[in-house]
Amino acid sequence: MSAHARPGWMEKPKPLTQAAKALALVAVVLLVCVPFLVIVSTSLASTDEVVAGGGWVLWPTEPTLDAYRDILDGGIVTHALGVSAGVTIVGTLLSLACTVTLAYALSRPGVFGARPALLLILFTFLFPPGMIPGFLLVKELGLLDNYASLVLPVLVNVFNLVVLRGFFQGIPEELYEAARLDGAGDWRVLVSIVLPLSKAALAVVGLFYAVAYWNSWFYASLYLESDHWPLQQVLRTYVVAGSGLTDATTGEGTVTAPQTVQMAVLVIATVPILLVYPFLQKYFTKGVLTGAIKS
Amino acid sequence: MLPGLAYFLLFHYGALVGNVIAFKEYVPFDGLWGSPWVGLGNFQRMFEDGEFWAAVLNTVWIAVLQLVFYFPVPLGLALLLHSLTRSSVRRFVQSVAYLPHFISWVIVVALFQQLLGDTGLLNSSLDGMGLHSVDIIGNPDAFKPLVVAQVIWKDAGWGTIIFLAALAQVDEQQYEAAAIDGAGPWRRFWHVTLPAIRPVVVLLLIMRLGDILSVGFEQMLLQRDAVGPEASEIIDTFVYYQGIVGGDYGFAAAAGLFKGVIGALLVYAANKVAHRLGEQGVYK
Repeated sequence: MSAHARPGWMEKPKPLTQAAKALALVAVVLLVCVPFLVIVSTSLASTDEVVAGGGWVLWPTEPTLDAYRDILDGGIVTHALGVSAGVTIVGTLLSLACTVTLAYALSRPGVFGARPALLLILFTFLFPPGMIPGFLLVKELGLLDNYASLVLPVLVNVFNLVVLRGFFQGIPEELYEAARLDGAGDWRVLVSIVLPLSKAALAVVGLFYAVAYWNSWFYASLYLESDHWPLQQVLRTYVVAGSGLTDATTGEGTVTAPQTVQMAVLVIATVPILLVYPFLQKYFTKGVLTGAIKS
Repeated sequence: MLPGLAYFLLFHYGALVGNVIAFKEYVPFDGLWGSPWVGLGNFQRMFEDGEFWAAVLNTVWIAVLQLVFYFPVPLGLALLLHSLTRSSVRRFVQSVAYLPHFISWVIVVALFQQLLGDTGLLNSSLDGMGLHSVDIIGNPDAFKPLVVAQVIWKDAGWGTIIFLAALAQVDEQQYEAAAIDGAGPWRRFWHVTLPAIRPVVVLLLIMRLGDILSVGFEQMLLQRDAVGPEASEIIDTFVYYQGIVGGDYGFAAAAGLFKGVIGALLVYAANKVAHRLGEQGVYK
């Protein structure tokens, strides 16, 4: 289909309708983009300019990277960035490994106990165990102040599991049979047939996990001491709740971080999402997910 | 397969068993199993607790506001996007509109503070024009509209995905046939588009009704300090403050269990209604 596909039977829209539509579209784009523009601009401005602008800057006249230098110079934010990156990478790999193997087992006909296992898993979707029992469990397991507490309680996501299982089921049965005839075992079939055919689905599920780990802060606030916090929880404390940013960053006592520094933290927390987003986005339009959502 | 299954057994069913704490009074020294039983004592206390009912009321009220003001937005946006004939424009707007869904609540709340707070973009601009500033952030009266606005900003774009999928399934020939029969844009919308998306709309509405006891926990928790519990306490934050902050685990778990049971029953009932109406449910 060409970019200009107005079918012959469709009447040309009235100019007024077209103008209204264009206006609505511009409004949507601006509503999403302007907030990001403001924080990026403010993070790049000098403190004086921010004060003069009343707390925000739409376009910095003399952009400076001072704020970024401040926070990346070792200290709380630098450490938190490392924690977030580590938890995201390790968590995503573990989650993917567990989700793929489980989804594969549940997708093959004739696996012993697959049906009850699936029901057991889907039931957790309907009836989650609740916050307090979850907290007490992590405590009893001795995982308090351990990075594992950010990963293990959310290891497999039911939605991602169902997406992958659906995708695996869509692989033609003949391919499985052919591999079997060649004498391949379950692992070989998974590694050399199923996974290469599921690249798109794996990418989407992996990126979903990565985004979730990167964005998570609540478990960190529950289970970790403040010197082990990931970036989002640091952001919450210093920007959303407005607590002072102490020691390592400014070298002084508790002072509220300058607006430019706060905005720089905000930008650093957002940038990884913006970086992976184009990859993620590529698959949405391909409809990898929409099929899965419907099932 | 085993590690994944072990995860569900331990962290879901293991934790599910932990709900027995709702029938006990938690004594830190005795732990989960050693703490004394109090029967339904925690539930009785909960039913007599005005703050608990205030939290329930807030939860349902916010959910209803979202249903009325948020729910139609992705539908309208999807219809708008679908009506675009230039696919490059459509894809661009789609990409931009999906983006906020992947931004964490911490960042979304921070953005709203920056833009709408006392010294934020909006109020500085109003000041500059010599107008009165508006008190939005930290104002309990403005909190519920603010919360709905945040949800719209974050998820309205992403919400279009399911409607767009339904719209894409309509056979182009149906439109063409209707047009040849003399149906204008409105009649085509009414007789072709609407019937095509009705099942999805009904399904989503019913799912939302079944899930009425859940409204953004992270979103409320992040803003509770700024606006106070009267406006922002929901069942989940009530559980958090009573249990995690207050250490009253048994009582908090009772409130959580109450929510879990009622929630599951509502989803079940909603699903029944969906089948009764001849629509597909969430499960069969």
